[in-house]
Amino acid sequence: MSAATSAYVFLPRIRRVPSPPTPQLAAEIAALKDFEYAAAATVEEAVSLLAARGDSARVLAGGTDILVQLREGLRSVDLLVDIKKIPELTVLEYSPETGLKLGAATPCYRIYGDERLRTAYAALCDATRIIGGWQVQSRASVGGNLCNSSPAADSIPALIVHSATCQIAGPSGVRELPVEEFCTGPGRNALERGEFLVSLTFPPPLPRSGSHYLRHIPRNEMDIAVAGAGAWLALDESGRIAAARVALSAVAPTPKFAAEASEYLVGKAPTEEVFREAGELAKKVASPITDMRGPAEYRIHLAGVLVRRALTKAAERAQSGY
Amino acid sequence: MGKRIHVTTTINGEPVEFLCEARQSLLEVLRDVLRLTGTKEGCNNGNCGACTVLLNGLPVDSCLVLAVEAEGATIETVEGIACGGHLHPLQQCFLEGAALQCGICTPGFLVAAKALLDKNPNPSERDIRFELAGNICRCTGYDKIVRAVQDAAQRMAASR
Repeated sequence: MSAATSAYVFLPRIRRVPSPPTPQLAAEIAALKDFEYAAAATVEEAVSLLAARGDSARVLAGGTDILVQLREGLRSVDLLVDIKKIPELTVLEYSPETGLKLGAATPCYRIYGDERLRTAYAALCDATRIIGGWQVQSRASVGGNLCNSSPAADSIPALIVHSATCQIAGPSGVRELPVEEFCTGPGRNALERGEFLVSLTFPPPLPRSGSHYLRHIPRNEMDIAVAGAGAWLALDESGRIAAARVALSAVAPTPKFAAEASEYLVGKAPTEEVFREAGELAKKVASPITDMRGPAEYRIHLAGVLVRRALTKAAERAQSGY
Repeated sequence: MGKRIHVTTTINGEPVEFLCEARQSLLEVLRDVLRLTGTKEGCNNGNCGACTVLLNGLPVDSCLVLAVEAEGATIETVEGIACGGHLHPLQQCFLEGAALQCGICTPGFLVAAKALLDKNPNPSERDIRFELAGNICRCTGYDKIVRAVQDAAQRMAASR
C-alpha cells in the first residue's frame, strides 16, 4: 500500500469532517441574537436607559466594534442605545481661540475631512484616516474607539498628545476626566453604570506647534497596530521645544502617556539625537505582550523607532506651520 | 422572533418601507427582505467590503449597519449604479478590462469606486489603492481593478 493511500485510509479516523450546515443553519449562525434597539433623543434619556439596564445595555455609536463583538459572541446585550441622534453627540465645533469640541459619535471622516483640523490637530487627523477603510471611517467615531478601549486603538495616543478631556454623562450629572486616565485595561475603562461618553474637548492649538500619529502594520492599510506612537510639540521663538507630549499604543494593557519622555524634551533643540533619546525613554512605559502581531521585544524596539519618527514629523510640521 | 420595526428609506431613488427586527443588519434586509441580492455578503465583519452600499452618500459596510438605523436614510446599492439601461462607465470598464473573476467583491468595488469618483474625479493610482483598501479581492491581484477605475475616470472626464 502506498503512503498516499494509507493516509487516505487513516485520515477519516483522525479528523471528523462535519457535514456542511444547511442554508438555514448558516443564516442562524451569521445572524445576531435578538435584542432591543432604542434611539435616545437626549443625553438624559440615554443615561436613564443605560442606568436602568446596567451591563445588559450597550451604547451604539458607529457600530463597527459592537456589532462585530455581538455577532462573534464576545458580548451579549438586551438593549442597544443608539446615541447618534442626540445633537450634542455629533457636534464638531472648532475655533482657534477656544479649541475643539468633538461629539463622541462624530464619525472619523468628518474629522480628517475638516481642513481646519488638519493643521490644528494633525495627529488626530492622521489617526482617523487609518482606522479601518473608508467604509469604517464613514461610521466609526473617536468616542467609540476610546470606549472600546483596545490597547491598540489608533486614536487614543492622538487624543492623549492633544490633551483631550472626556465629558462623561451619568445619573449624577456630567464629570470630566483627562483622556489618559480613561482606559483601565484591555476593553475596560472608567465608565460606571449608567454613564456614557458625550464629548471630547481639546485646548486651542499653540503657535509653532505640530503633531503626528503613526503605527507599524505589516500591510499598507486595514490592519491593527503592532505598535503605534503619537507626538505633539510646541516650539518657542528661538526654535527650542517649549512643550511636548508623547504617547504609545499596542505596547501595554492600555494606550500610555509617556511622561518621562515628554518632560525630557522640554527646553531641548528638536534634533535627531534628542528625538532618539526621547524614544529610548518612551520605551520605559512599554510592557507589551507577545501575540500573533509580534513578539514583546519587537514591540519595545518599535516603540522607540516610532516615537522618534513621530517627533521628527511633528517638529517638521511645527516649523512649517503645516 | 423579535418585535418588528417599521423603517422608511429611499433606496436607489425609490421610497422603500420595510419591517425588520432590531438585530437585522442592513445587509440582511437588503438581500433577504427586499431581494436586492446585488449586494454580497463576504466576511460579515467589516473587513472585506463586499457589502458596501452608500448610506446618505457615504460608503459603509452594510453588514455593520443595523437596518433600523437606516430610518430616514438614502441608500444606493449596486442595482442603482446603471442608468436608463446603460451600464455606468465603471461597470463598462470593469467588464472590458476583466477587472473581476468570481465577481463576489465586484458590487462592493463598484459602489466604493463610484463614491471615490464622485469625491475625486481624477484620482491617482495611490488614491485609488488607499480609498479602496476596505475592499478585498482574492482573484484579480487588484491591478485590473485599479486600471478599470482609472479608465472609467478618464471616460467620465471626456464625456463632461
